[in-house]
Amino acid sequence: MRIEWLLALRFLKEGRAQTFFMLGGVTMGVGVIVFLTALITGLQRSIIDKTLGTQAHVVMRMPDDEARRIIKPDSVRTVSANIERRAQRLSSILQWQQVMRELEKRTEVTAVSPLVAGPSFAIRGNATKSVALMGIDQEKYTRIVPMASFMKEGEFRISANDAAVGTDLARELGVTLGDKIRLQTADGRSETITVAGIFDVGIRDLNRRWVFITLRSAQNLLDLVGGVSSIDVTVRELFKAEVIGQQLARQTGLTAESWMKTNAQLMVGLKSQSASSYMIQFFVIISVAFGITSVLVVSVIQKSREVGILRAMGCSRRRIRNIFLLQGGLVGLVGSLLGSGLGTLLVTFFASTAKNPDGTPIFPVVLEPGMFLIAAGVATVTGILAAAAPAVRAAKLDPVVAIRNV
Amino acid sequence: MSDMNNILQLSDVRKVYGNDGITTEVLHGIDLTLQRGEFTALIGPSGSGKSTLLNIIGLLEQPTSGVIRVQGQETGTLADEELTRLRGRSIGFVFQFHHLIPAFTALENVMMPLMLEAGRPTPQQRERATALLTRVGLADRLDFKPAKLSGGQQQRVAIARALAADPPLILADEPTGNLDTAAADEIFKLLYEVNQESGTTFLIITHDPRLAHRCRRVVELVDGRIVG
Ligand SMILES: Nc1ncnc2c1ncn2[C@@H]1O[C@H](COP(=O)(O)OP(=O)(O)O)[C@@H](O)[C@H]1O
Ligand SMILES: [Mg+2]
Repeated sequence: MRIEWLLALRFLKEGRAQTFFMLGGVTMGVGVIVFLTALITGLQRSIIDKTLGTQAHVVMRMPDDEARRIIKPDSVRTVSANIERRAQRLSSILQWQQVMRELEKRTEVTAVSPLVAGPSFAIRGNATKSVALMGIDQEKYTRIVPMASFMKEGEFRISANDAAVGTDLARELGVTLGDKIRLQTADGRSETITVAGIFDVGIRDLNRRWVFITLRSAQNLLDLVGGVSSIDVTVRELFKAEVIGQQLARQTGLTAESWMKTNAQLMVGLKSQSASSYMIQFFVIISVAFGITSVLVVSVIQKSREVGILRAMGCSRRRIRNIFLLQGGLVGLVGSLLGSGLGTLLVTFFASTAKNPDGTPIFPVVLEPGMFLIAAGVATVTGILAAAAPAVRAAKLDPVVAIRNV
Repeated sequence: MSDMNNILQLSDVRKVYGNDGITTEVLHGIDLTLQRGEFTALIGPSGSGKSTLLNIIGLLEQPTSGVIRVQGQETGTLADEELTRLRGRSIGFVFQFHHLIPAFTALENVMMPLMLEAGRPTPQQRERATALLTRVGLADRLDFKPAKLSGGQQQRVAIARALAADPPLILADEPTGNLDTAAADEIFKLLYEVNQESGTTFLIITHDPRLAHRCRRVVELVDGRIVG
């Protein structure tokens, strides 16, 4: 072991109460930070999970002007007629298979799914409800929204006959599994489907409006044969959705809307929550640093005789400085390990006490190994920085003063 | 006498304390040469500047003017780092209040100059420190912390420590000043024996005329001047 380490460790061991208080300060500081981070990470993750449970990360659509151009082609009709048509008609992505293949090639993209969505009526007996048709490729869509996990009755099985509706729609129409529903659009196209599954995605409005059918049925009903209205995309890194979306838009000529844009309000909330958490952490770190500094300043004064002796025996100023910097760093490192333990204890205790009636934790805390590494790094650096002033002071001590004054 | 035998050479060393307003000149032009193997007492009344002179010789303090040569090397031009290294290699200290490091055992205190030189402890250092502590009669106190040792024993540890790096010059500032007569006699005897065995040069400040008379050379300092 190098002599600096030997001296730093021995001085720490000798200054029992002082070392204890410094370690206590770091331990509590790191404990609070670990706890706070786990709590906020958990809260944010569960909010995002809930939000994205029923959403793609990026939705690709036809840009407005493109839509106009596609509809326009062979007509020399008036512009006003054009606008009128656009308002009613869904804009469709025509070469969607090719676009999908392009998107699937990108490594940042984890899943791609075509969607034909549009308004319709669901009719059963006397009851008529306005619904949103969701024409999907079952296999591809479930890789984006895990519908199987939302099923209350039956299964998520979408085929020429079989469809899935939400719990609220089922109740309003009075249907159960195996019952038939007629879907009819405004321009008179209609088709009859059988309820093969009833889902609850946790959002009332969607439970009331979503009707899942095949891509082909939706294309027929919505007069979009050969096209789709949008392409859903999920990406590997959630918070890069916006950036990746813009890249995909440039690549395909489609527009891209990321979940971050769609949920701008939520993003603002998450960001300000993070910001306030960082601020608290910052002040905790500052106060821990002040604690270390003030204890070490006293320790340097108490150790001035030892410092003088060491200097007389050939110990350089630089070495004296390093001995005190090391003490700060060691206190930071050991304190962060203890603090990580304390934080974990707090988190575990908190998660096990605050529970919903059904036994799930109210606060879904998340402890990540990376956080402990960061805590250890930050605490060590903080310790070293906090020790800087006392260390420089120790290095400047005049050995003669220390030796003369016993 | 060749220069090679001059362990230490001071010429016209002055020391002035205070810079603005009141200044006191404590040393008024000291010329002093110590030869290899000399055993010299530095005596003089309290406040005459003995400790100041010793600290300047020990490179702990800078003279206001004058030249100091340690083993022929002029020290005035050296930077702090180089002075520190030269001090670690060439000079051993024994202070009145023994100045051991309380957090370390007797053995570790003796190893300290060696550890500082090498950067880390080694088994050879341990061996040498054990041998030195055995030499000063503390073979059975190796792992004692200073607080568990008597004043005489602590001073023996300090002497062993001063010898550890085998420096050519050992400076002692009233090494027996804090001990009773019997212990003082023993410490003085130990210093003399070491001088005889190893040929290390000693400069010893003492108040005690009895001890001074047992030294082969006596330098007397009065009011910052060497008078004899
Ligand atoms: N740092 C200092 N500043 C001012 N005066 C000092 C300082 N150190 C010592 N002195 C003065 O120098 C004189 C000599 O002191 P010192 O060398 O300790 O004498 P001695 O060891 O012979 O008793 C004394 O008058 C003392 O007050
Ligand atoms: Mg003195």
